[in-house]
Amino acid sequence: MKKHNKILILFAHPALHKSKTNSVLLRHISGIEGVKINKLYDLYPDFHIDIKREQQLLIEHDIIIWQHPFYWYSAPAIVKEWIDIVLQHNFAYGRKGNALVGKKMMNVLTSGGQRERYQPDGPNAYSINQLLAPFERTVKLCKMEYYPPFVVHGTHLLERSDIERFGEEYKKMLISLRDDLFDEADILQNEYMNDLISIDNA
Amino acid sequence: MHSQDFFYQAMIYMLAAVVSVPVAKKLGLGSVLGYLLAGVVIGPFVFGLIGEEGSDVMHFAEFGVVMMLFLIGLELKPSLLWKLRKSIFGLGGMQVILTASIIGGIALVAFGVNLSQSVTIGLTLALSSTAIVLQSLAEKGLMKTRGGESAFTVLLFQDIAVIPILAILPLLAADVAHDISSGAVQHDAGVGSLAGWQQLLVIIGIVAAIILIGKFLARYIFRIIASTGMREIFTAAALLVVVAIAVAMNAVGLSPALGTFLAGVVLADNEYRHELETDIEPFKGLLLGLFFIAVGAGIDFNVLFESTWLILGLLFLLIVVKFGVLFGLGKIFGLKSGQEMLFSFSLAQGGEFAFVLISFSRQNAIYGDEIAGILLIVVALSMAITPLLLLLNDKVVQPIFEKTSNKMEEDKIDETENPVILAGFGRFGVIVGRYLKTCGISSTILDNNPENVQALRKFGFKVYYGDASRHDLLESAGIANAKVLILAIDEKEKSLEIVDFVKKKFPHVKIFTRAFDVRHMFALKDKNADYIRRESYDSSLELASHAVCELGFDHYQSHRALLSFKFHDKNIMDELFKLWKEDDKSYIKEAKRFSSELEKVFLAEREESIHESDMAWDSTTLREEIREIYAGIKEGNGKSE
Repeated sequence: MKKHNKILILFAHPALHKSKTNSVLLRHISGIEGVKINKLYDLYPDFHIDIKREQQLLIEHDIIIWQHPFYWYSAPAIVKEWIDIVLQHNFAYGRKGNALVGKKMMNVLTSGGQRERYQPDGPNAYSINQLLAPFERTVKLCKMEYYPPFVVHGTHLLERSDIERFGEEYKKMLISLRDDLFDEADILQNEYMNDLISIDNA
Repeated sequence: MHSQDFFYQAMIYMLAAVVSVPVAKKLGLGSVLGYLLAGVVIGPFVFGLIGEEGSDVMHFAEFGVVMMLFLIGLELKPSLLWKLRKSIFGLGGMQVILTASIIGGIALVAFGVNLSQSVTIGLTLALSSTAIVLQSLAEKGLMKTRGGESAFTVLLFQDIAVIPILAILPLLAADVAHDISSGAVQHDAGVGSLAGWQQLLVIIGIVAAIILIGKFLARYIFRIIASTGMREIFTAAALLVVVAIAVAMNAVGLSPALGTFLAGVVLADNEYRHELETDIEPFKGLLLGLFFIAVGAGIDFNVLFESTWLILGLLFLLIVVKFGVLFGLGKIFGLKSGQEMLFSFSLAQGGEFAFVLISFSRQNAIYGDEIAGILLIVVALSMAITPLLLLLNDKVVQPIFEKTSNKMEEDKIDETENPVILAGFGRFGVIVGRYLKTCGISSTILDNNPENVQALRKFGFKVYYGDASRHDLLESAGIANAKVLILAIDEKEKSLEIVDFVKKKFPHVKIFTRAFDVRHMFALKDKNADYIRRESYDSSLELASHAVCELGFDHYQSHRALLSFKFHDKNIMDELFKLWKEDDKSYIKEAKRFSSELEKVFLAEREESIHESDMAWDSTTLREEIREIYAGIKEGNGKSE
């Protein structure tokens, strides 16, 4: 029996009208059954996040994804606000905080720099996964599994057709996650989710 | 005329219009045909309810054409007119010259008239009917198509051409001694006794006066009139503008229609433009209707019955020749995919100026009563047949083009129409307007305070004077093509009424509206306004949140409290709205209801904690948990020791 996962995308881009990559990704994944897109900047332009609503959404979904540009080696401000406010003690963590146990979380990033620049000996000194450590720790403290990120690198140099291809891959990844087509051990072995998709393609 | 007679006549005309126009409209024939048929029915040859005074009525009603050109001028900015110059003089000029030559040639060769008669007849029949064409095109919404626009430019040229034609005709007259100033014609030249150069100076002076007064003085005059707050005086002023210009134009022998058109263009970016439009519109409509009725009533069926075949033949010939010339020119000037058909069908008739020219020619003894009678009926019939030709174009010809080319040419979008109409530009609307401006969004602004209008114009806002609760004003401000209406007026009842009207008639327009208090907000919500904001709500909260800081709250703490307050207020209001709808409003006194609603608000507030979102930063539970854990470790350690 195949399990169907419900997926929640926490989308954060403070200036979507200027976005060249995230808007295309968003278009590719709109309207997929079982995938809910929660646009944080749209819903809470004044950063006044509706805690109850967000917690309810977390409870209702199995896989939760932060999708955002990789600003200053991290996420746009509202993602941090969301983490601060929504992941309350005794809800998400703590002895009595078991609402999220067993769910999966991951990041979907767009980054201006190329993949090879994010290496211990490269100009950015750390890999993407190392830089994502705060997210990983947050997820694990809340007793969830943290999946490797899906990363679109070198966005400044990408042609439109490349971005469209990433959109297709992203969509494929979501459907595979939804329909539980991946083996969790496989997922956790890879540095990026992208690698899993390209293996799948080959 | 006895007043008794006058009222009887007025009753007959109005009754004819009120009965026939709705019927014609229902049958899809358009109002013009309705008026014409009404004229035939009440005219001397069917019921004979109106008699010989028909032609007097026609002279009076021709003023409708003058008003129509004023209104068209108001819609046309000088820059747009400049863009059309090629079309006006190229297309229009060619049309008049070619049509006049061919018709004149046919008259000369086939009907044996003399040379000056043939020239006169050619020029007379080259003109088309501004009244019928523009009214029909506007009614069908075709004015802004390429074909409609081309038709308009040709008509404009014809109006200009009437002036030299009237000057040429006496020269053609056999009786050269005839003095034109003695003719009882509308266009008699009052300054005819002056020398040519003096006449020219007077004309230039009048035109310059219209432009200068319209450009620099008009807004001050309108402002003074508007500040009296009496609508009928403004209406009188609007009519005065048109009538005065017509009188001045007649005095110097220019076409009144052309003069008012010029005045309209000059006033096109005046802030009182929409108000002028709205005031003149009904008069124009009625007078034009009267004019069409008079045309219908004036068709001399006796002549028609005497020489039926000759007249029908001439009518056919006239339409074929005019259509042929128009079609050829339309092609040359790049009209395609059906637009050339619209253009040709709409202008293939004789016009009201023909009536003037025919009687003028007869007075100048260029031709006799027989030719004049035949020409008159041919022109009248060709005018009457125009709505039918346009109907034919609509139902038969255009569908062929739609089939052959899937994509029709797009209508030109009027540059003057903005996506936002901002109604009310007082202390509330000004802030809205400023914000829209910084966002680079242009809006059409309506306000009924002349002082505001004046002051804000100085700062580059496009503010128009007028009462936004008048439906026709909203329509002429372009509500049909707007996306958003922002209601910032300070009259409760009016705003409710506007929401009601716009939601019914223009459901695609989103309404953003100012509310006074909770009850007004509910009433607006009940009428399906899209976004409602209480006028003092946000500023009260801002002020309160700053005051709270003075009492020891941190700034961010107070800011968050404000956001939470708004969040809960929205929930509370949604609840109260449901209760408000259930209430039987007629029983509870207004004042009592307000206090009971206030009570409900306070009760609801007490139940909800405003500071709940700050729980995330509250470490009380975490501290407890960690203390317990440490206590456990200590205990454990103690035991093992």
